[in-house]
Amino acid sequence: MEKTKKAALRPKDKKNLVRISAALAMFCAVFVADKIVSLQGVLGGKHGWLFPFALYAAVYLLIGYDVLYKAVRNICRGRVLDENFLMCVATLGAFTLAIYRGETGREIEGFDEACAVLLFYQVGEWFQSFATGRSRASIASLMDIRPDYANVKRGDAWEKADPNEVQAGEIIMVFPGEKVPLDGVIVAGATALDAKALTGESLPRDAAAGDQVISGCVNLSSQIEVRATKPFYDSTVSKILDLVENAAGQKSKAENFITKFAKYYTPAVVAAALILGIVPALITSDWATWLYRALAFLVVSCPCALVISIPLSFFAGLGAASKHGILVKGSNYLEKLHKADVFVFDKTGTLTKGNFTVTKITPADAREEILRLAAAAEQASDHPIARSIVAAYGKAADKGYTLTNIAGAGVEAVRGQDVILCGNETLLRQKGVAYVKEEEAGTVVYVARNGKFVGSLLIADQIKEEAAQVVGELNAMGCRTVMLTGDNAAVARSVARTIGVTDHKAQLLPQDKVEEVQKLLSAQNKNGALCFVGDGINDAPVLMRSDIGVAMGGVGSDAAIEAADVVLMQDDLRGLPLGKRVAKKTMRVVTQNIVFSLVVKAAVLVLSALGIANMWIAVFGDVGVAVLAILNAMRVNGRYDKKPRANGCAKV
Amino acid sequence: MKKVFKLAELDCANCAAKMERAIGKIEGVTYAAVNFMAQKLTVEADDARFDEIMQAAVKICKKIEPDCKILL
Repeated sequence: MEKTKKAALRPKDKKNLVRISAALAMFCAVFVADKIVSLQGVLGGKHGWLFPFALYAAVYLLIGYDVLYKAVRNICRGRVLDENFLMCVATLGAFTLAIYRGETGREIEGFDEACAVLLFYQVGEWFQSFATGRSRASIASLMDIRPDYANVKRGDAWEKADPNEVQAGEIIMVFPGEKVPLDGVIVAGATALDAKALTGESLPRDAAAGDQVISGCVNLSSQIEVRATKPFYDSTVSKILDLVENAAGQKSKAENFITKFAKYYTPAVVAAALILGIVPALITSDWATWLYRALAFLVVSCPCALVISIPLSFFAGLGAASKHGILVKGSNYLEKLHKADVFVFDKTGTLTKGNFTVTKITPADAREEILRLAAAAEQASDHPIARSIVAAYGKAADKGYTLTNIAGAGVEAVRGQDVILCGNETLLRQKGVAYVKEEEAGTVVYVARNGKFVGSLLIADQIKEEAAQVVGELNAMGCRTVMLTGDNAAVARSVARTIGVTDHKAQLLPQDKVEEVQKLLSAQNKNGALCFVGDGINDAPVLMRSDIGVAMGGVGSDAAIEAADVVLMQDDLRGLPLGKRVAKKTMRVVTQNIVFSLVVKAAVLVLSALGIANMWIAVFGDVGVAVLAILNAMRVNGRYDKKPRANGCAKV
Repeated sequence: MKKVFKLAELDCANCAAKMERAIGKIEGVTYAAVNFMAQKLTVEADDARFDEIMQAAVKICKKIEPDCKILL
């Protein structure tokens, strides 16, 4: 986010900053002079107040002309309880009181207060504008991924075109330093691609002809030709932009509470001010004192500071999360993520990589022989298990076999007198071959040659490196972790034990998963939330049903981006605990801001009613609180570290 | 029909909340939301009367926050 740090002040903010500084300098000069030489005495006599009044009035007009103007304009439009109007009443009231005191020959005080109130009010306004501007800019910098043009091949020439006009199937050229405008496949050239803006992953990725490229990546090293596979509106970059632009669309409970509160707060305080200004004065007939206290009330009556700090905190939270490749679709999901206490994981593709590999060969010393025979038998098959065997062998499979598929059992490969059997237990039993049973969980392929058992291969999915660590972290946060899978019970048990989930359910059909989640949801306690984590393939109904649907591998999977509430842009589960930490910090800051602002405002109201607090304190109650709350909100966008990935690759 | 509009110069969070309430009360509007941070107004309303409703919304916006404009 260096860009936002370097960003200059917006012209409007700059202008106001100059004005505030000038007014502040003037105010200090007049204030100090007043304290040292008592400006009241300069003219002397009954109208001694005129001289300091003139000086202060000049400061007042400099700092507050726009507030006065807006107040008048809003009254003409029939809006009375507007913050500009309230500030004007409070400060002009203070001026009038001071003049009244001067006229009646008392020591004048109040001009300085009136100016200070308006001055600090403006400081607060400036600060709010600055903070929101900066925060908006930081989200806008995420929009840097939008490609402006595409170099597309039309006929024999290259031309620059709007990415929207490029059709799927056209060839585009991406030069170093440019963004990939559309999703596609490299047809020529090799380069390194930077996907940091998309995923938060800072390591560039190498890509060569035949590799998929995702729009929004920056081409780092050399030019590549890409065949677009999707139109712009369907490309990753537009999906993400759409998501980011519409994030914060769903409001959180905290935001709704505070806007509702603001709706009643101002009229209530103004009513209280009216009562306070009139009733006690009627009894004591000390109008000056009670009016002054009522004016202090008006100063605290603006709710804007309170109202602004809450969305600002959430916005900072959403920003912090997206910096790490965690896209959250609204502040309500951040709120829910904080409450989440049940995490349900889909196994394949989420906790595991979803690619099968040969993990064990028994007996180990016949490894090469077993692989060779199995590869020869399985070479023609497209099944993931068969492909994993061929890949593990790594060499060209022996040719010349006649392959016969035995449905549900395996393959028989015959070359002359040589007969290879390759398949499950049923196959060997059918053929009457004695074998050594492999007890470990996973898919087992037995190999026999000429009626004699040779050995077995264990094929299993790989567990993601970070899975156990992430589940451990979530368990430590007091969450329940549940794994759902369509696999058989033995595999499920083994994976569950390795990863450390608190619960698991095996042999589920896709529709069973919805039912399981439904069961968990109904058993859910009211203060918690259920978070379902899936790879976005075939689990859209579950993603929708759960309180928070988290989709893995957002890049490239459009269905996931649409159905989920949270998208982990990198296929990295560590985004979950990290997102939860961001959510926790955001919610803590939000609560702090609400409680702190309300307590201070209430205290200032009580103290001013009792006459203990003067207008200076009231200004703090308004502006000081706003500034502190905004600074607190900015804290949310701090540093969050992902715990390093444990080394080594666990196998099922 | 649901449409999203950009709001220019939306600087006051409380005004945003006021606008949201007022626009939500226009007849024919089923849903209205002002997103202060993203400076966006989302309106869901009757198709037939959408233009009329948006004119009313612009008026409301002008009344509550004269500096703020709905970019139609």
